[in-house]
Amino acid sequence: MYLTVVIMLPLLVAVLLLALPRLPERAAMGIWVATTAAEVALVGWMWWRFAAEPSGSYGTEFGYEAKVSWIPTVEAGYHVGVDGISLPLLAMTAVLFLVCAVWSLAERRRPRTYAALFLFLQTACMGAFAALDLILFFVFFDLTLVGMYFVIAGWGHGDRRRSALKFFIYTFVGSLALLVGFIGLFLGGDERTFDMVSLTAEPPLRDSPVAAGLVLLAIGLGLAIKTPTFPFHTWLPDAHTDAPAPGSAILAGVLLKLGTYGFVRIAMPMLPDAWQRWAAVVVVVGVVSAIWGALVAFAQQDAKRMVAYTSVNHMGYVLLALGAAGLAGQADAEARGVATVGAVVQMVSHGLLTGALFLLMGVLWARGGTYAFGRWGGLAGPAPVFAACFGVAAFGSLGLPGLSGFIGEFQIFAGSLQAAPVAVVIAATGIVITAGLFLTAIRRLLTGDTVAPTPAKSWGLNDMGAREVAAVAPLLALSLLIGVAPRVLLDVIEPAATTLAALIGG
Amino acid sequence: MSGMGNPLELLPEMLLLTGAVGGLLLGMWTPQRRQGRVAVVAVLLCLASAALSAAALAGPDVEVFHGTWLVDTITGVVRVVVALGAAVAVLLCRSSLKGRPRETEAYVLVLLAAIGSITLAASGDVLVLMAAYLLASIPLYALVGMQKDSRGVEATLKYFLMGAFVGIVMLLGITALVLGVGRSRYDVLAAVLPDQPTPIVAVGVLGVLAGLAFKAGAVPLHFWVPDVTAGTTPAIAAFITTIPKIGALAAVFRLMDGPFADVPLDVPLVVAVIATASMTLGNLAAFAQDEVLRLLAYSTISQVGYVLMVVAVADRTDLALPALAIYLAAYTVANIGAFAAAAAAPEARTIAEWSAAAGHRRWLVLSLVICLLGLVGTPPTAVFVGKLAAFLAAADGGLAWLVVVAAVNTVASLFYYLRWIVPAFGGVGGGAAGSAASGGPGAVLRLPVVVVHGAAAGSIVLGVAAGWYVAGIVG
Repeated sequence: MYLTVVIMLPLLVAVLLLALPRLPERAAMGIWVATTAAEVALVGWMWWRFAAEPSGSYGTEFGYEAKVSWIPTVEAGYHVGVDGISLPLLAMTAVLFLVCAVWSLAERRRPRTYAALFLFLQTACMGAFAALDLILFFVFFDLTLVGMYFVIAGWGHGDRRRSALKFFIYTFVGSLALLVGFIGLFLGGDERTFDMVSLTAEPPLRDSPVAAGLVLLAIGLGLAIKTPTFPFHTWLPDAHTDAPAPGSAILAGVLLKLGTYGFVRIAMPMLPDAWQRWAAVVVVVGVVSAIWGALVAFAQQDAKRMVAYTSVNHMGYVLLALGAAGLAGQADAEARGVATVGAVVQMVSHGLLTGALFLLMGVLWARGGTYAFGRWGGLAGPAPVFAACFGVAAFGSLGLPGLSGFIGEFQIFAGSLQAAPVAVVIAATGIVITAGLFLTAIRRLLTGDTVAPTPAKSWGLNDMGAREVAAVAPLLALSLLIGVAPRVLLDVIEPAATTLAALIGG
Repeated sequence: MSGMGNPLELLPEMLLLTGAVGGLLLGMWTPQRRQGRVAVVAVLLCLASAALSAAALAGPDVEVFHGTWLVDTITGVVRVVVALGAAVAVLLCRSSLKGRPRETEAYVLVLLAAIGSITLAASGDVLVLMAAYLLASIPLYALVGMQKDSRGVEATLKYFLMGAFVGIVMLLGITALVLGVGRSRYDVLAAVLPDQPTPIVAVGVLGVLAGLAFKAGAVPLHFWVPDVTAGTTPAIAAFITTIPKIGALAAVFRLMDGPFADVPLDVPLVVAVIATASMTLGNLAAFAQDEVLRLLAYSTISQVGYVLMVVAVADRTDLALPALAIYLAAYTVANIGAFAAAAAAPEARTIAEWSAAAGHRRWLVLSLVICLLGLVGTPPTAVFVGKLAAFLAAADGGLAWLVVVAAVNTVASLFYYLRWIVPAFGGVGGGAAGSAASGGPGAVLRLPVVVVHGAAAGSIVLGVAAGWYVAGIVG
């Protein structure tokens, strides 16, 4: 019940916002911020209770479980719960939506609809992370597409209609591939069910490797498009560039995680044998994504596109770790457990840091209406707060110790080294490239002579305001907290993640 | 098995017939501006019929008139859906025909065609099926012909000629079946057909399938759909593209599950190919449409393809019947909702005109988006559950390739539904553009808007309550 309230509260408020006819726009924004703040408090309470006694067994034991039958003929239902892997992602989602609400207080274009749309999107995202039923997961997964499509198409800039359409079509293909895979899981099981817990307890298709491989292909394709990995990442830069800043932050911070979370929650535990068999492919895809994403990001002349491509790079590391966790023949369970923990930490860390980076890109857009590197320069002088925030976020993103990115990437590489040494060595060069591109970005944006575009509508080159700082600072603070005191996060993740690694090849 | 059975089992149909005959008589003695009372009578009798049918759903399967009329789950679902659909169609017609000379006649024809559609689904005898085909067709020719402009005349002629031709083909098929077997009842056909020579069976099966494919608007007998849809009013188009299709699809399902199940011919493959062709061609043709009604017409062709997936595996899996039950209901709700949106701005022909006329209405656009995304199959709308059930049934019935085809087609369908959604959504909040255009391509009618809202709400409610719905029907 508690978890259901957490999931449904934003949707309820969204309906209220639309239904109340004479609600002033300012009040609507206030209600939005209050709702997201309440969500953070609710998830925080859940975290506090959960951290007291984290559940040790993966895939079968959940906190705050709720189950209602929906379509009994096919054993699909409303089944939600949290464990050590979904809880950190839920918390990250709640925080990101809060800062996006704060950020959007200055939104002038149809603010009430905008707030309602984001609240709807929040319900969809939280629901997807908490879902313990394949159909329920799919429902929420698809609703995130619908919500994000309207955010980009309605409030984006540039060629937003086209980008939104590309995003919708591309990821819709992915979601249908996912649905086909789910049908395969359903038909392959002994007792036909869509319930994730039952499917994890008794993985389907154990005796038919070909069918299991095909189902994994369908699910993998769907999740790879969402994640996105090379070669399915081409929707990402367009969608990110033309989305409004909070939309980009949610898209990169939360929606991409649905893809990687799907691997952890569905593909790995439900098809453990097939995952083990094809783990090498996953590792290769991860490494190629990491290197490709970093190289293409380096070549960008547009700061926001660059940030977008670094997401491909960071998600590549996650895939590398999850693939290495499947190489049960080459490494012991302990190392694979470390890799899995690293993957989850990286998901959380990427959500916080990339969310912050995209909001900072929004600062540039609000001042000058462009992201081009050539139009900006020497911002450290006139805008020291922006410079500081961008510096911290960039260093965190490239993996500087003391920030959350380091914790995730270090564990990924340490855990994967035993299973796939060559892959790790190649992927590690991605870090060097990322370091290079972020340092170049810092040099071009922050140092040198002050350059700024001066469109007529600009209100001058002022530094970040209180609203913008209030939105970005919490993300950086949390990243710093995880970097300095990682046990807060690791204590929650580790029990579940190590069990998952042991599940494969076990 | 044999015997007359209890004719009172046909009470829901009798109520509709009462509505048709009584409505005609009432209309004759009612002044032109008071014809609304005929609509009230028709709607009330439709609702009574639906309520009675819903109550009868829980009862046991029965046969009436020596097994030529079957009252079971399929009939029950079709009865309820058709009666409710006809009620909404009458409401929509009321808004567009108010005060016109042929108002009463339109309601009467709608009710007669509705009875024909139910008869298609309920018949347990190929000769009754033929009669049902005619009953479900002839009133519609007249309905289309009411629009006396050049497009309407062309549509009527095309519809009538094609219908007459396909009717003869169907009669030929039925003749072949009866010739081989000597009987016309489904249960006898099911027992004897497997031993008949393949050519006779093939002629019979293909002939009957042709007739029903025409009624359902499936490829390759779909050519009438876009012309008829665009040539008539949105209200009548909503009826023609929904109600007769339901009956025809249910009839094919019944045939596939019985008489055609064990014939020496891969009928499921034939149906699967028709399904593939329908969804693919329907989608491809819809891409290029600028007119709201033509776009929706092709969308209905592709939707038929998804239902035919279920029909193809009718006798192969237990999942087929629930899938059919949910899909037919879901499709009816979403499709009527989309057409009602078109009917709300009857002067607007193209998507751009529609967006200009109605795009500034935030709630209307929201409901339209729900209906159109419902047709795509976005959760949590009812068509999503229907599609999921259809995919499951087809995969379980050994047609996994068809599932992949349907999934690809679903993605393709998104393109053209978005072609309407995007401009409509763009109009929301564009206050200046909206008010400037309100004097442009016609005003927005109130009644259809209510129907759109109802359909959107119904689509979501049916989707969320799908479990109870299926459990209540299939048991």
